[in-house]
Amino acid sequence: MPKRARTTAFALLSSIALLTTAACTGQSTSGADDDASAETTINFWHAWSAPNEVKAVKSLIAGFEKAHPNIHVNVVGNMTDDKINQALRAGGSKAPDVMSSFTTNAVGKFCSSGALVDLNPFFEKADIDPAKTFPTAMNEYTQFEGDRCTAPLLGDAYGLYYNKTAFEKAGITAPPKTWSEFEADAKKLTIPQGDSFKQLGFMPNYHGWETTTEHYMGQFSPTYFDKAGKSTVATDPAVAAAFTTQKKLVDELGGYQKLEKYRSKLGDEWGPKHPFHTGQVAMQLDGEWRLGMALEAKPGFEIGVAPLPVPDDQADQYGKGYITGTITGIAATSKKQNAAWELVKYITTDTDAVVGFSNAIHNVPSTLDALKSPKLKYDPRFKTFLDIAANPDSTTSPASLNGGVYLSTIQNLGYDYESGRTKDLKAGLTAAAQQIDTDIAQAK
Amino acid sequence: MSTVTLASKRRRAALRTAAFMSPWLIGFTVFFAYPMISTLYFSFMHYDGFKPPTWSGTKNWTYVFESYPYFWPALRNTLWLVVITVTLRVLFGLGIGLLITKIKTGAGVFRTLFYLPYLAPPVAATMAFAFLFNPGTGPVNSILEKVGIPAPGWFNDPSWSKPALTLLFLWGVGDLMVIFMAALLDVPKEQYEAAELDGASAWQRFRYVTIPNISPIIMFAVVTGVIAAMQCYTQPLVAGKVASGVIQGAGTLFEPGYPEKSTLTLPQLIYNLGFQRFDYGSACVVALVLFALSMAFTAFLMRRRGGLIQAGD
Repeated sequence: MPKRARTTAFALLSSIALLTTAACTGQSTSGADDDASAETTINFWHAWSAPNEVKAVKSLIAGFEKAHPNIHVNVVGNMTDDKINQALRAGGSKAPDVMSSFTTNAVGKFCSSGALVDLNPFFEKADIDPAKTFPTAMNEYTQFEGDRCTAPLLGDAYGLYYNKTAFEKAGITAPPKTWSEFEADAKKLTIPQGDSFKQLGFMPNYHGWETTTEHYMGQFSPTYFDKAGKSTVATDPAVAAAFTTQKKLVDELGGYQKLEKYRSKLGDEWGPKHPFHTGQVAMQLDGEWRLGMALEAKPGFEIGVAPLPVPDDQADQYGKGYITGTITGIAATSKKQNAAWELVKYITTDTDAVVGFSNAIHNVPSTLDALKSPKLKYDPRFKTFLDIAANPDSTTSPASLNGGVYLSTIQNLGYDYESGRTKDLKAGLTAAAQQIDTDIAQAK
Repeated sequence: MSTVTLASKRRRAALRTAAFMSPWLIGFTVFFAYPMISTLYFSFMHYDGFKPPTWSGTKNWTYVFESYPYFWPALRNTLWLVVITVTLRVLFGLGIGLLITKIKTGAGVFRTLFYLPYLAPPVAATMAFAFLFNPGTGPVNSILEKVGIPAPGWFNDPSWSKPALTLLFLWGVGDLMVIFMAALLDVPKEQYEAAELDGASAWQRFRYVTIPNISPIIMFAVVTGVIAAMQCYTQPLVAGKVASGVIQGAGTLFEPGYPEKSTLTLPQLIYNLGFQRFDYGSACVVALVLFALSMAFTAFLMRRRGGLIQAGD
């Protein structure tokens, strides 16, 4: 063999040898065999970043450490999903034993990939029935195909905020209960100014902060998937109804272009200049956190809170809403899963801990007992969100094998439909359903 | 005996050469060859980063080319940025360089003014641009409306988002300006004098004296520009995010490309597929496409350089 050929062969063999060792990262450990009563330190990663939230997490952990003096918790805050994903893959002593994330859509990915351990055996061992502990929607979005790899850590419920002062001026006496009432009220509340608005009744566009397709659809109770796991967006009338309702609102309130131009003038979602605070929009679809933020901004009007409207043919279900929230789970790479479980159990099922945390950060409690707890302190208007969370008709978007990809597909169709790029909704929904099925097949 | 000595001498020489080359060889192997082969390997595997990879044949390739709805828009956008933005950046950088070399007074001030934007971090620069070009509240549209010019939607309008990005890249043209200035000041004066004596006009002097002299620098600017445009990630992503008003919050998954996939680029897809969808196989396919495109563009430009770079350059 000539020298050059030998060198080439050597290089190739080296590469192949390297390749065969390439896929040995982030392998899961199986089972938990650590002693939770021994002295240990675990890592807890969360995504909260506001000073009051960070303080609340510290207080929650202090309560846990008091109850479990042998388990110390190293808390790391302000963690994005991307960082958490990477740490879950890599593992190691600095990676989280317990993680929490705001993205419930990722549950399917976490469960199916084995990034987080199935908590069912832990719940069984602790004699806790999740179905009797958590509200229906929260119990649903924390598991995927029987694998409960997460538990709810407080929740978010979506409702309607409205400017009571603007309502009075427009002669509206009560918040709308159906979408047709809502449309009429939104038009009454809209005050034009030149080619724009002095006050817009409602910003219906899908880019209007929380007015996403999934949040609208929560009011229509769609199924999303059939028993075989195939997308039902093309066949479920609830989906088409949600799309047409939103499109009608867009058209009735001035059309997509005019609304988008107005939207570009509005303040951002998390700042004090949010258009609801400033009176630029009179009604707002939003989560329970908006109440505290709006009150802090000291708007010059009285804030009203109500459940979001329901379709006219579902009037008897008024009071339901879309539910999502924060999830927490145990990393498969953790060597301290029993100790980690003690923390997860405490922060997700201990009524006093859940109530205390909810009081501190004004999120919806995520256990049925905490929702009824007399220790829960809240503005009377916050009760609306507690009721939405406890409502059995409230909905969520189910976990999927590839996370929230199906929701993005629906959302993209929404962008095309509201802007008029897609005119044939039925064809659009059929294509979206095919895309969702293809994406899921790709993830298998 | 002498043969053995000669052979051992040669072996020693080869070893010495290898030893001197080893820093580069190790770097090349670890940071290029191995990742490259790994990328190719994973493009035929189903791999989510957690479970061991499994063979999936050409499934990832088929998915990316036939079913992944973002691939073709991202490819078109990337090519648009390569062709339009790189051309304009080179022309603009050369133009500014020429102007400043011709200025007698205040050249230093202009040089600083044009170079400063290049130093702005990409995220901050893009956010500032999104603010300036905000169709509702931005000063750019206010001025345009005042002078009676119809104001575009910029980052909120799919037909204007890429031109807006191009303006952002032109604003940060300071790096090319400096390189071109150095090249222009290096052109021998006697060649201009000779051309002038022969009665050459300003355009002819530029065409037949300046361009041939600075052609290697033009080639450098084009090749590095193409590679940078291929790898464009931050600015379109930030611009799309700011303009869309979507901030990743509870339960929302931001997909890049606002408005209407017009700011999607191939590197964004690699990130989206790999780190957000846990689909490393498809991410590797897109990475390979990006690599192949970069290689093709560079090879094409290098072949064309015969017409651009003179013998002896």
